[in-house]
Amino acid sequence: MKRILLSLTIVASLLLALACQPSGSGGDKVRIGVFMSTTGDTANFGISSVNGIKMAADEVNLAGGINGKQVELLIQDDRSDASEAATIVTKFVTQDQVHAILGEVASSRSIAAAPIAQNAKIPMLTPSSTNPEVTKKGDYIFRSCFIDPVQGAAIAQFGAKSLNAKRAALMVDRKNDYSTGLEKVISEVFTRLGGQVVVTQSYQAGDQDFNAQITSIKGANPDVIFVPGYYGDVALFAKQARDKGITVPLVGGDGWDSPSLYQIGGAALDGCYFSNHYSPDDVDPIVQKFVTDFKTRYGTVPDALAATAYDAARIMFDAIKRANSLDGAAIRQALADTKEFPGVTGKVTFNENRDAVKPIVMVKIEAGGKFVVAERVQVEGAAMPTAATSASPAAAASPAAPATGASPAAKTSPAATKSPAMTTSPAAAKSPVKTATP
Amino acid sequence: MPRYLRNLIIALIVLAVLYGLDFVFQARMISPYFIRILMLSGIAITLAVSLNLINGFTGQFSIGHAGFMAVGAYSSAYFSVTYGANLAATLGGGKLAWAICLAAATIIGAAFAGLAGLVVGVPSLRLKGDYLAIVTLGFGQIIVVFLNNIEVVGGARGYSGIPIVQSFFWIFLIAVLTIVVVYNIVHSAFGRALIAIREDELAAEAMGVNTTRYKVMAFVISSAMAGAGGVLLAHFDGYLNPKSFEFIKSFEILIMVILGGLGSIVGSVLGAILLTVLPEALRGFAEYRMVIYSLLLIILMITRPQGLLGSTAAFRGWRGRRRKKSRTEAEEITAEDTRDSASVDKATLGERQSETSLREKDSKNK
Repeated sequence: MKRILLSLTIVASLLLALACQPSGSGGDKVRIGVFMSTTGDTANFGISSVNGIKMAADEVNLAGGINGKQVELLIQDDRSDASEAATIVTKFVTQDQVHAILGEVASSRSIAAAPIAQNAKIPMLTPSSTNPEVTKKGDYIFRSCFIDPVQGAAIAQFGAKSLNAKRAALMVDRKNDYSTGLEKVISEVFTRLGGQVVVTQSYQAGDQDFNAQITSIKGANPDVIFVPGYYGDVALFAKQARDKGITVPLVGGDGWDSPSLYQIGGAALDGCYFSNHYSPDDVDPIVQKFVTDFKTRYGTVPDALAATAYDAARIMFDAIKRANSLDGAAIRQALADTKEFPGVTGKVTFNENRDAVKPIVMVKIEAGGKFVVAERVQVEGAAMPTAATSASPAAAASPAAPATGASPAAKTSPAATKSPAMTTSPAAAKSPVKTATP
Repeated sequence: MPRYLRNLIIALIVLAVLYGLDFVFQARMISPYFIRILMLSGIAITLAVSLNLINGFTGQFSIGHAGFMAVGAYSSAYFSVTYGANLAATLGGGKLAWAICLAAATIIGAAFAGLAGLVVGVPSLRLKGDYLAIVTLGFGQIIVVFLNNIEVVGGARGYSGIPIVQSFFWIFLIAVLTIVVVYNIVHSAFGRALIAIREDELAAEAMGVNTTRYKVMAFVISSAMAGAGGVLLAHFDGYLNPKSFEFIKSFEILIMVILGGLGSIVGSVLGAILLTVLPEALRGFAEYRMVIYSLLLIILMITRPQGLLGSTAAFRGWRGRRRKKSRTEAEEITAEDTRDSASVDKATLGERQSETSLREKDSKNK
């Protein structure tokens, strides 16, 4: 009995502590709930993102807030755990009564939390969850980064159009769904654009020797080699390929983005390209201002996650401003109407799946390990190839999205231009080549 | 009043209370945030109490509980996704129909987890010593790798689209059932045999206890309950990810059991609630939350190495320090004594073997 009494006391005091938690102060503020993994196995991603969001909030507050109201960030850590992410969002929508939610980095956490935001009709914007499943959870869930199939299409389009490649070789990590997903889209889009995939070779993450694959690739004589993998393997592969006399450019995705890439690969990577959310070396004034401010504030160069999070926060603030209301439905509508928002990671427009449609930055690796922006490739989200649509069931799969005339997709990409967008690449879809010369 | 009638009345009262609370909660009289934490605590109770059966009462060291949880969660989720909607529709499609589906899913999940427990337990529990720890650790890892590579259940991207049909009533019904089952086992002849194995495996064998059989039985029951806990989780958020079942989850459950006290059911319940509520209660501290949380755990373990409500005998039994002391004497063990051996060290294992051989002789002399 004594034990049970003791237990009851402990539990009661705990519940009391829970009840006495400071919840969102009322008042005349715009409350934004931010849930990120600032501890746990993806802590570095979460911290980068939180830094970006904090900076965006301070900027808007210094400028007088949103329609005169200050922004209050409620930042919570989910220990990189999906269930805890859902708990936090429950807290946000019930205890704290936030007006909008930003988060998460990892798709798993966003997927777990999204239904709660959706049920409470609070708009949620994820800066960097790339799984197509996330925004399918409902019409209050938005994403401000590209999804992998779009990235694959951009890579293929870049190879076929900008590099004028006709024969492509593919090098894919068979055990990695990121890599195989990109491979599927790249080979389909590249073929559709008039190219030919002459050889597909596979490897496994951690492989050290690529000689067999290189011999086969060399025999096929490609104009370009697509390597949608992670930086470690890519760098090793590049080195060995150059040793064997392959000189054509290698092209990859955001898995390449790491300082280690050039440390391992070195000069072998000169003249290669990869797609990314943004590049800190971009000469665009918006990017330069962001990079300088971020450096002054945190002392480091912002990574892609900080940039996407910064953009996501600003897109959300902009939507709240345009909605001129703190009502969830009004903010949702304003978010959906977001058009050509000038972000650090490009001009953002949401399509009918509430996924961002924006140019993808193709980064060129130059001598000495300098990453410069070679081009911004715009791929229409709705113009995705069939392989990609099977990976991310598009419009038909999300009837929740209200098909209003104000839908941004309807404005920017009329159905007629959708399918040829890939092949003809209309002027609007591709901004002029920007090359930053060091 | 006959015993069964009394039990029946108690069961009915528990059901009524749970149903009443469920009704109150659904009417949103209490914040959904608290209810969520409460429900998570309920799932944690199921997991902790079931692990206590094997770690606390039987004295076997299992650290793969999350693996069995994953088996239960994924198998039931697969069932619910593939057949759930059809089954519910045939049964009328209402709330009750879904409750039946959930019950079926729970049974399936528990059965598969139990089966996995049997496969893991039979070879490893025939041996004495800490082999079970190694095997269960390995099992936990294998399951995660396995799930990461099965496309049917989403692979590394996670399994979404599981019907969210969980209720407070069901979670706590399973939690109460787990407690009742473990309590009854421990207070039966079966349980006495388990405790005998924990206290001294050789002596238990000498007394005619088929140690392997009892250990495997306890292990399978424990795994099946872990599976049921996984089922609860799967239908709670409607999303599963192999990452949620990595070994860190096993350790979380283990900490609940050890913190609450090995060999104490109330302790496990308390540990489960504590470890679920504490991180949330500390949210006000922002960045320092996990620091304070870890500090609290360390302080608790230093001041009460046997756990909040743990019986000292179970603690010592698990650690491998066996002494010829009666239970009452054991409780008077000095703090000094417990502190110098707060961790399981390899040295004591050798000592245990020599001690057990002595004990064997002792028990034979008796």
